[in-house]
Amino acid sequence: MTPLFYVIIRLMNKMEKALGELGHMDELAVQDSPVHAMNAGAKLLCTVIYILTVMSFDKYDLSGLIPMLLWPVLMFQMSGISVSTCFYKLRIVLPLVMAVGLFNPIFDREIMLQIGGVGISGGVISMITLMLKGVLCLMASFLLVATTPFDNICAALRRVHFPAMLVTLLLLTYRYVGVMTEELAVMTDAYHLRAPGQKGIHVSAWGSFLGQLLLRSMDRAQELYSSMLLRGYHQHFHYAPVKPFRSRDAVYLILSLLFFTVVKFWNLSEIIGMFVTR
Amino acid sequence: MHMADALLAPAVAATMYVASGAAAGVSINKLRKDDEPSKLPTMAVTAAVVFAGQMINYTIPGTGSSGHMCGGMMLSALLGPYAGFLSMIVVLAIQCLFFADGGLMALGANIWNMAFYGCFVGYFLIWKPIIHSKWFGEGKSAIRKRIIAASILGCVITLQLGAFSVVLETSLSGITELPLGAFMGLMQPIHLAIGLVEGLITAAVLCFVFESRPELLRDVNEVGAGTLTAKRSLKATVGILAIVALVVGGGLSLFASGNPDGLEWALFGNADGGYSTNMGLDEENFGVSSDVADKAESVQEKTSFLPDYAFPGSDSAAGTTVSGIVGSAMVAGVALLICFAGGFFRKKKQS
Repeated sequence: MTPLFYVIIRLMNKMEKALGELGHMDELAVQDSPVHAMNAGAKLLCTVIYILTVMSFDKYDLSGLIPMLLWPVLMFQMSGISVSTCFYKLRIVLPLVMAVGLFNPIFDREIMLQIGGVGISGGVISMITLMLKGVLCLMASFLLVATTPFDNICAALRRVHFPAMLVTLLLLTYRYVGVMTEELAVMTDAYHLRAPGQKGIHVSAWGSFLGQLLLRSMDRAQELYSSMLLRGYHQHFHYAPVKPFRSRDAVYLILSLLFFTVVKFWNLSEIIGMFVTR
Repeated sequence: MHMADALLAPAVAATMYVASGAAAGVSINKLRKDDEPSKLPTMAVTAAVVFAGQMINYTIPGTGSSGHMCGGMMLSALLGPYAGFLSMIVVLAIQCLFFADGGLMALGANIWNMAFYGCFVGYFLIWKPIIHSKWFGEGKSAIRKRIIAASILGCVITLQLGAFSVVLETSLSGITELPLGAFMGLMQPIHLAIGLVEGLITAAVLCFVFESRPELLRDVNEVGAGTLTAKRSLKATVGILAIVALVVGGGLSLFASGNPDGLEWALFGNADGGYSTNMGLDEENFGVSSDVADKAESVQEKTSFLPDYAFPGSDSAAGTTVSGIVGSAMVAGVALLICFAGGFFRKKKQS
């Protein structure tokens, strides 16, 4: 993200920030790169297996986990998206992970590692492992969404027989999240202009503020349904043709899965370390 | 409460996906049978409103802090439990994919913790029974009170269940060294306060809908305003609730463990209870038996009128019960004082 993006985002209210993030993700997803060109199903499968592999590492296996960093970093480079782009989202992932992990050094004080005479306890190692897992999983899921348009993800879900009702609901909600958030952003701005210095919505307007939007939206939903019917909706959506599964997708899938298997069952850090220090 | 992938082991994440998937399957089948195609856009638009509505800051009077809305209870009150559950799944999926709020593999657990309890437990065990009950008498104002009671109770209870599930899932995954009891001690009280505020916000919005368009609240429609005769008066209901609170607060304290709490046990062990090897810390080295600590302990013994949750010199169960109730009231009082003090200082600072 450009520095200007950060400046603009600081001036926005919460909903405008969310809209900015949504818009930014959409922009990233339609770029052109080898990763963007890959089949959505292959990317989805790879991401799921990557996250499961990261989750399966033992809490003390920090050295074994570190090589897993290579895959998302490589993918980020290939996609032309800067790795730092996803770190903005760490503000959401890390608090609960840290809240849980910070207790580990207190309760697990057994020394597991000596570095230059300084003993490092198992709790510190498990805490760092936990945080690294959080960062790696975030990088992988961010990469999927940042390199695949949401329509393609939904189409891929349909291909693996994900229920049509849920996929249609996902697509419709995604479409309307932007509309509703924008409407609420305008309402929030209007409210704050009339109530300067007030931090949030006053208790007297708790019900009416969201309630009014809710009522308007439910009416709008009926209009939306009528317009869908006029366009020939028969409880099924027709998806735009998605990128087919080609031989390069198979190569990407096989190489990625091979890498995950190697890192999972062989401690690459230790092997490289032994090779260097021998 | 959104869990990240890092907090779960693959087996736990998969189990939660299966559980949430089963609930989603039942919901989809139920909606298919109902055959209301126009419901889908309504679900989508309402889910989008809830998604956006979760970003609104609601000022909590007298505290200066703000709260947020609870989605599950509101969606199930407006759309029914099955449609509400599917809408919540979609809200959580979009939060996870586009805002990194909750992990992709932890989505099953997040759906269970936030959507399942809110939509199914909240609807079938709290919302529906209360709305269909004879509480608060008859007429429009009685229904409004039932909506408020159901919203607050629903949000508080379902959030407690959700927080408990987070603790259980994280502990079963072997992620944290924090003992289960201590972890619960951290999570449950925080979510009690959050649930209360979320309940009030949900109640405010649903009351507004009830005033403006009561036909949108399906269960309220079924009950029909003004058609009920009072079975129990408001005074009697409040009295029953007060007795229930006393029985729960006081009665449960009788079963409070005689062992030290989880955090204390984990730090210092309890040789009498057979736990001699846990953290390996001893009280002397960690300052518990130091001069300062001994003096502080003697001061504490003199000033506390309910040492160790009992009347001084009393080992009776009655002492424990009274202490449980008094202690709860004191904690609530101190919490209120902190809230008001915070608000007071903030106001002073502004002026």
